[in-house]
Amino acid sequence: MSVETILALVILASLIFYAVSGGADFGGGVWDLLAFGPRAERQRQAISDAIGPIWEANHVWLILVIVVVFTAFPAAFAIIMTALYVPLMLVLFGIVLRASAFVFRKYASADAATYRKWSAVFGASSLLTPFLLGLSLGALASGEIRVVDGLLTTGFLAGWTGAFAIGCGIFAQALFAFLAATYMTVETEGDDALQSDFRIRALASGLSLAPIALAVFLLARTGATAIFDALTGAWAPPLLIATSIAAIGALWSLATGRYRVARIAAIAQVTFIIAGWGLGQYPWLIVPDVTFADAAGPPRTLRMLVWALAIGALLLFPSFAYLFRVFRPGAGGRPDRTDA
Amino acid sequence: MTDLLFARSLMAMSLAFHIIFAVIGIGMPLLMVIAEAKWMRNRDPALLDLARRWAKGTAILFAVGAASGTVLSFELGLLWPEFMRFAGGIIGMPFSLEGFAFFTEAIFLGLYLYGWNRLKPAAHLACGIVVALSGIASAAFVIAANAWMNAPVGFTLENGIITDVDPIAAMLSPATFPQVLHMTIAAYLATGAGVAAVHAWFLRDEPANAFHRHAFNIAIGIVIVAAPLQIASGDLIAKMTAKLQPAKFAAMEAHYHTGSRAPLIIGGIPDDDAMAVRWGIEIPLVLSFLAGGSVDTEVQGLDAFPRDEWPNTRIVHLAFDLMVACGMALLALAGWAAIRLIRRRPLTGSRALLNACVIAGPLGFIAIEAGWFVTEVGRQPWIIQGIMRTEEAVTPMPGLVVPFVGFALMYLLLSVVLVLALRSQFLETSPAKQVDA
Repeated sequence: MSVETILALVILASLIFYAVSGGADFGGGVWDLLAFGPRAERQRQAISDAIGPIWEANHVWLILVIVVVFTAFPAAFAIIMTALYVPLMLVLFGIVLRASAFVFRKYASADAATYRKWSAVFGASSLLTPFLLGLSLGALASGEIRVVDGLLTTGFLAGWTGAFAIGCGIFAQALFAFLAATYMTVETEGDDALQSDFRIRALASGLSLAPIALAVFLLARTGATAIFDALTGAWAPPLLIATSIAAIGALWSLATGRYRVARIAAIAQVTFIIAGWGLGQYPWLIVPDVTFADAAGPPRTLRMLVWALAIGALLLFPSFAYLFRVFRPGAGGRPDRTDA
Repeated sequence: MTDLLFARSLMAMSLAFHIIFAVIGIGMPLLMVIAEAKWMRNRDPALLDLARRWAKGTAILFAVGAASGTVLSFELGLLWPEFMRFAGGIIGMPFSLEGFAFFTEAIFLGLYLYGWNRLKPAAHLACGIVVALSGIASAAFVIAANAWMNAPVGFTLENGIITDVDPIAAMLSPATFPQVLHMTIAAYLATGAGVAAVHAWFLRDEPANAFHRHAFNIAIGIVIVAAPLQIASGDLIAKMTAKLQPAKFAAMEAHYHTGSRAPLIIGGIPDDDAMAVRWGIEIPLVLSFLAGGSVDTEVQGLDAFPRDEWPNTRIVHLAFDLMVACGMALLALAGWAAIRLIRRRPLTGSRALLNACVIAGPLGFIAIEAGWFVTEVGRQPWIIQGIMRTEEAVTPMPGLVVPFVGFALMYLLLSVVLVLALRSQFLETSPAKQVDA
């Protein structure tokens, strides 16, 4: 396997990790925004407790993706950051506002009105940021961002303003909301009313994924032919079957109250979806003019980067395992609200 | 204003905002770990309360710092795509390593902040120590990338084509060690002085408050150690700059005419057309001595460089002097506190010292902002010293005024809210008289 391919896989894996961890944190914000009913405040509190200890660390996957792209594929990075200037600039506003609103709400809400105000900012930025991220990834697959001799020729609006990219943005929002609600059914074990709230939310958002996925698929036929070809190609059936089994398994487990199984199935579902997109996207970083090989930086840098990532992973995964073990649901009481 | 100037201003603003939080993210973990370790030794509840309150403050500031740091990693590409195209493969390495350091920091900060009741005391303290160490590491990696922009090495450039890229050599440019050292100490010094100021403020009215006494003693202790070290590291970085970036050095010192036995000029307004400084204080021979250790050292003046390679001398010179002035003031404060310690007088007993500490609170941060202006404006017109001009690196995107204004408004809002948030954490709910020992 070429070193570019290894790094492409690292990027894909990091995106999957980001989606199932950081993505779910965004989804939590969406349910915060949509909290209603007599238990709205308790829903918000449960979400806040669940993501509190982990969201900062989960967010770093996105930074890892960015730095690996600019270290290993600097020519593509320059083009992506120019072509997707507008949505990515907006992503930055979303990231800063979400993080700030989350901590301000927690530590600096003198009264209920202030708390609600920051909740709204937190929720709105959690809803918008994944949309813009999905939009940007969709744009890279759309084939509308064109590059000639290493220079962008299609300006600042190509790709991300298309229907396919917008579909990807909506799909990302729904997917993350589904993940978050599914996780929350495990986080709220022991509180039946709250658990049932999140169960209904997980089922609703999980079911909504089907029509959205279908719409994105149909849009891909003209809007992202590389992805469409992959989804109808030789290895598509096993992948589609695996995704469908995971999706149906997740919904069935939610319906029958097997929440820990549902969580695993939901993670598998998201993993298959992103892996499928990655297979369709490969070997292009920007469809159809820039491949990973075209955009690769100096060979020595790429080799050293692979080593650095391998050593970093040895440090990272045990640390993450420790973090999640300490704060797993049921590991000795709630995180300490008053002190955290 | 041109788009280039808006791009530079947006980058400057993003950095200026982020650096405050980055610095606190390095400094605060050390403070809270010291408080917790002291508590584990003597079980004074005021120390535990202190460690917890400092941890809360750190949580707020770290979140804003992490988000504003993400902004920077995107803005490198959004604003300077051609720079990244050229340099990504050469200096991406430290950024990637920084990613892991940042992961470690975020993971163990989560454990520290939320793990008070879930971890054994020793494990909890260990998490705090990991946060403190990974904070230094992540700063060191990012500064290594900046150092490369000042002293680019680790590649060969022939006819615009880069070959022989050695990412490790690029990371270890001659500017790396002095810059990392200077910035790390700056982080401790600024945080120490800032925290000392907050608690000195309360001690003026409640001199017996155990909580604030502990806090003040820890913070001023860091200032006492860091201030003299910072002057020494400043000397190191100045000598490095004189050698590697003589134009920047000349602008810092407002030194127009090449020659030995050069005088040091403090303050004043540099006038590029007259090639002279108005109203500055001139100290004979000192600049040559500082630059090379001897009064006979020849110091290159701006006259050694074509006019279009001069940085903005007014900004660079005045920012440099501002930084040095703040550093010297903190050194004086550290000396004053040290003398009281040597004479075995309690640090919190002198109202004059407490007043001075309150006034000196922002100085470390002002020095850091000024210092980055020196580093960055002083490198202009280059984005990579001697290799690529800033105007060649900028995005072709028009209308950069829009994100500039947007970020300015957002950062302004966040700053106001942050001050209010920290006030409610430390001032209004401050452990008042009930903690009196």
